[in-house]
Amino acid sequence: MATPFEWLQLAFFFALLITLAWLLGKYMTRVFSGNRHLMLPVLGWLERITYQLTGVNPEVEQSWKAYTLNLILFNTVGFLIAFTILVSQSLLPVNPANLPDVSWHLAFNTAASFMSNTNFQSYAGETTLGYFAQMMALTVQNFVSAATGIAVLLALIRGITRKKTDKLGNFWVDITRTIVYVLLPLSIVLSVMLVGQGTIQNFKKYETIQTLQGSQQVIPMGPAASQIAIKQLGTNGGGFFNSNSSHPFENPTPFSNFIEILAILLIPVALIFTYGKMVGSARHGWILFAAMFILFVVGLGISIASEHMGNPSFRDLALMEGKETRIGITASILWSTATTAASNGSVNAMHDSLTPVSGMIALLNILLGEVVFGGVGAGLYGIFVFIILTVFIAGLMVGRTPEYLGKKVEAFEVQMAIISIIATSFAILIFSAWAVVRDTALVCLSNNGPHGLTEILYAYSSAAGNNGSAFAGLNANNVFFNVTLGIGMLIGRFGVVVPVLAIAGRMAGKKAVAYSSGTFRTDNTLFIVLLIIVILIIGGLTFFPVLSIGPIAEQLLFQNGINF
Amino acid sequence: MITQKNKSFLNKELFLGALKDSILKLNPVILLKNPVIFITAIGAFLTTLFFILRLIHGNFSPFELQISAWLWLTVIFANLSEALAEGRGKAQANSLRKNRTQTKARQLTNSGEIEVSATELKKGDLVICESGDLIPSDGEVIEGVASVDESAITGESAPVIRESGGDRSAVTGGTKVISDRIIVRITTEPGNTFIDRMIALVESAKRQKTPNEIALSILLSGLSVIFLLAVTTLPAFFNYSLKASGLPQSQNLSLTVLIALFVCLIPTTIGGLLSAIGISGMERLLRRNVIATSGRAIEAAGDVDVLLLDKTGTITLGNRMASDFIPADDISIEELANAAQISSLSDETPEGRSIVILAKEKFNLRGRDIQDIHATFIPFSAQTRMSGVDLQLSNGKIRQIRKGSSDAIRSFIQKNNGFFPQKIQEKVIEIAGQGATPLVVAEDNKVLGLIHLKDVVKGGIKQRFAELRKMGIKTVMITGDNSLTAAAIAAEAGVDDFMAEAKPEDKLRRIREEQDKGHLVGMIGDGTNDAPALAQADIGIALNSGTQAAREAGNMIDLDSNPTKLIEVVEVGKQLLMTRGALTTFSIANDVAKYFAIIPAIAVSLYAFNQNTGALASLNIMHLASPHSAILSAVIFNALIIILLVPFALKGVRYQPESAQKALTRNLLIFGLGGIIAPFVGIKLIDILINL
Repeated sequence: MATPFEWLQLAFFFALLITLAWLLGKYMTRVFSGNRHLMLPVLGWLERITYQLTGVNPEVEQSWKAYTLNLILFNTVGFLIAFTILVSQSLLPVNPANLPDVSWHLAFNTAASFMSNTNFQSYAGETTLGYFAQMMALTVQNFVSAATGIAVLLALIRGITRKKTDKLGNFWVDITRTIVYVLLPLSIVLSVMLVGQGTIQNFKKYETIQTLQGSQQVIPMGPAASQIAIKQLGTNGGGFFNSNSSHPFENPTPFSNFIEILAILLIPVALIFTYGKMVGSARHGWILFAAMFILFVVGLGISIASEHMGNPSFRDLALMEGKETRIGITASILWSTATTAASNGSVNAMHDSLTPVSGMIALLNILLGEVVFGGVGAGLYGIFVFIILTVFIAGLMVGRTPEYLGKKVEAFEVQMAIISIIATSFAILIFSAWAVVRDTALVCLSNNGPHGLTEILYAYSSAAGNNGSAFAGLNANNVFFNVTLGIGMLIGRFGVVVPVLAIAGRMAGKKAVAYSSGTFRTDNTLFIVLLIIVILIIGGLTFFPVLSIGPIAEQLLFQNGINF
Repeated sequence: MITQKNKSFLNKELFLGALKDSILKLNPVILLKNPVIFITAIGAFLTTLFFILRLIHGNFSPFELQISAWLWLTVIFANLSEALAEGRGKAQANSLRKNRTQTKARQLTNSGEIEVSATELKKGDLVICESGDLIPSDGEVIEGVASVDESAITGESAPVIRESGGDRSAVTGGTKVISDRIIVRITTEPGNTFIDRMIALVESAKRQKTPNEIALSILLSGLSVIFLLAVTTLPAFFNYSLKASGLPQSQNLSLTVLIALFVCLIPTTIGGLLSAIGISGMERLLRRNVIATSGRAIEAAGDVDVLLLDKTGTITLGNRMASDFIPADDISIEELANAAQISSLSDETPEGRSIVILAKEKFNLRGRDIQDIHATFIPFSAQTRMSGVDLQLSNGKIRQIRKGSSDAIRSFIQKNNGFFPQKIQEKVIEIAGQGATPLVVAEDNKVLGLIHLKDVVKGGIKQRFAELRKMGIKTVMITGDNSLTAAAIAAEAGVDDFMAEAKPEDKLRRIREEQDKGHLVGMIGDGTNDAPALAQADIGIALNSGTQAAREAGNMIDLDSNPTKLIEVVEVGKQLLMTRGALTTFSIANDVAKYFAIIPAIAVSLYAFNQNTGALASLNIMHLASPHSAILSAVIFNALIIILLVPFALKGVRYQPESAQKALTRNLLIFGLGGIIAPFVGIKLIDILINL
């Protein structure tokens, strides 16, 4: 079992996370409400210059359709730029390792992945991408995809709070403010801290060294710290190196490990508090936090217990396969839970080597819709979909037309919410089913039996959930996987973003219903229970059949000494 | 008659009719209106087809036959629930319609009077109705006055007066004129009378889905799509798993098993009962003698959180009642009571009668015949604002006894050279301050004392308002009284707010204000001047005794013309939504148990280890006998639960006034937790039974 010191460390971690997130949440409320705030004197010029250069009039607001159109246009251009850089990187500067052009399908997968805040690594950073591609294609998308997620959330908040208007804000203002006042300052602080811990940040050529055995080894170099900071903060997760944050150049020390996990959850948690304050019920924010936190802690607890119990076949020694000794089991599991819950996708241990149960917890965190904190912005607009369904079903039981924060929930809202759930389920189930019946796809698996099924299911879940973590054990760099996973990411991203913005647009046009004791309340403990049940039931009912013959079967066999 | 209070829940005739209808409703075009049941029917069709195809090839599978049969039964049970609800509603509505179809109308045209069929009358036509005639269609009296027997629609046998001009000008088709002659202008197009509209609301073929019903249907269809994804991808995952377990592909899931799993998962329970719930809501309203003009109205009724209630008739009994005698100095209370009684003997107003009764109750003063005591009744007039009697005394003198407002009596006394005592004046102010009306009694030039006339608040109304408050509904009393009087009555009745000296425009303004604040407002009204407010309110209930304008403006009509009905209407609306929510929760919660029945059964052979135990054998926590009986039990449970829940759908879930929080907790425990546990028990029992 985890040592008392490790428990203490976990408690300290959560206390620090909540404190920092609460402070950041307060700060972001000021930023996004357009009030005066701390960074305005320091970085205000950058925001103004951006509008001047791009010709954006920050005063002009957009309808939901215009907002959505601008968002899609912006993401499409971002995708095309990333794609072009990747397929032509041999012609571009700052490529000291002289890495060749990336294949079209890997470029498609990678560009779709970074644009959609998924950051799935079909590529291996150090052997595929030059520094220019890493910085201009990937790091840029890390910033803008995170900002896009937050922009959707801001539009949603306006939809909830505004009355009888068709305006949801200005997309360009939302992403500019997010990047300038939130992502940029935090990334700078975090990269400096990481460099202090030994994370590399250079433009050197790869070094070849003589190992102790006398063989030659190539040591990759590069501007890692700057990308890692935003990859953690923006719930992106795409590593600079193939082995992501288990690589010592990305994550050298226990302290760097600690602040990197903190960075994974910081903005997603802070946004919950921002959301609560901005929709006018800080209490509702805490209630949402509680629902997510309970799901998180239960998953974490089960995983830690399962990993420390170990494998009966090996006389129950704690499982260290796939984990870094400098990080240890508890911190690795905290990371695996955080990264899957928060739709980050960076890893410091190999999920393929987790016990079937803790592997399933990681998978479930994604399958439940990436709503346990979730991606920046995405987690909240994702859970919003479940809130809609919760207030609709439970709201009926109090004998009134369901409403959420004063806005009536009617046919249109239900329709959009259900479409977004169908979209992700579709991408996960249909593509996984397609993959498992293709013999050419199955040769890419390194494991068989139920574990192999989990590997494929995990890959598509990670893509559609815009998580990006890899269960590993699946070589996805081929046309079939690159293309289907890439499409899965796009469906998972825009299949939720567009319906949510449509709901926001519809809600903004409504008048607000007054509160009374006959109103279904969304700010008490009963709501926490209801929301958790709805999330578990919808996720559970959709995926229980396939999970039962994947990780559940594996766990039952594992207990009987049969391993895959 | 519409009100059959002790009507049995179901009778044989109704049931047999519904059974026939449920078969007729297998018509795919009709099924298409209910997506969840439509896909269940497709599933039943496919399994049957599959069974027959295999039979042709010589494989008779009792399992496939039974699954097909139970899937068809699932569809029929769903149809039956709808047919039952419809049958009950129609039984109520048909009795209304029956009267009218054979009615002949005497239409008044330029060329004179002609006889036409009632169904041919158009809006604007004029008809003559005389004693003994049935009024052919909804309309408005434009000439004359008549007493009308409305028992056909209200069940109330006492005839009512209908006259042109006033607030009682509306007549309803199917009611009967008992005396006199009226000319009625028809106000509705044929087939669009209130009763026609009501019938349309309980007939599924014509019924429009209500907004909330549409939203719920979308949710249910969406869930079905998700389950379709989960089930259709399963053979692929099984294909992989069979290969990994070294088993042949021939063991992959059959079409029958997949469809059985799919039908068990999709929300057939709520899907099957949804339209029955909606129809029954209408029917419950009809049973309370309220006609809604749209399904939307009844849903909105559940959302109402501000009720505007007229004081008179709703909160108070409508008439002031004498409650006390207060004598002036040197006058005995008996003397005052006696004078008050004599002055009221011929006063047929409710106030007057209450004075006679109070005197009798308190001092045992018997009512006398006015002739016996040689009295002449002086009725109330607008000039004098007093009423009373002149008594012819044996000595030829005349005693003048008068009662009236303090101002009127003061001038009467002063005219007779009397004087109005200060003490009485103080009492007058005191009583008025309590929200009551002081009537001063005087004889000749002497003030005898006061009669305390009280506005009597209806029994139990205070508790009713407290219940409404618990449900989060604010009550606002509307009255023409001054604010002092209004405040006193408001306090006694326990309303949340009041509007004193309210004019019809004030009502409209108040409704708009409340709506701007985000409230949904319900009100009840009768007069023409209420029409704008009724139209503006989210729920406007027009009294049947009211004007046609009011009836057109409102979205419900109360046939009993009982103003407290508004409260019941709100309850029916809430109950309707609650029933939908409760059964949806139940339906979805059921799926947990169904998974635990079916998944271990279909995966029984996968990854078998020692003694061929499948990896998932331990998930069979119900210990169902065999894979086939497990699947069959789940399918049977799924079909039977629809029938078992029909009473819930028809009667609605138990409703009581309480806060949202309490209602939610209770319904969650019953239908959520119950929905998880019930199928575990049910499926296990069915499994035991079919394996006997």
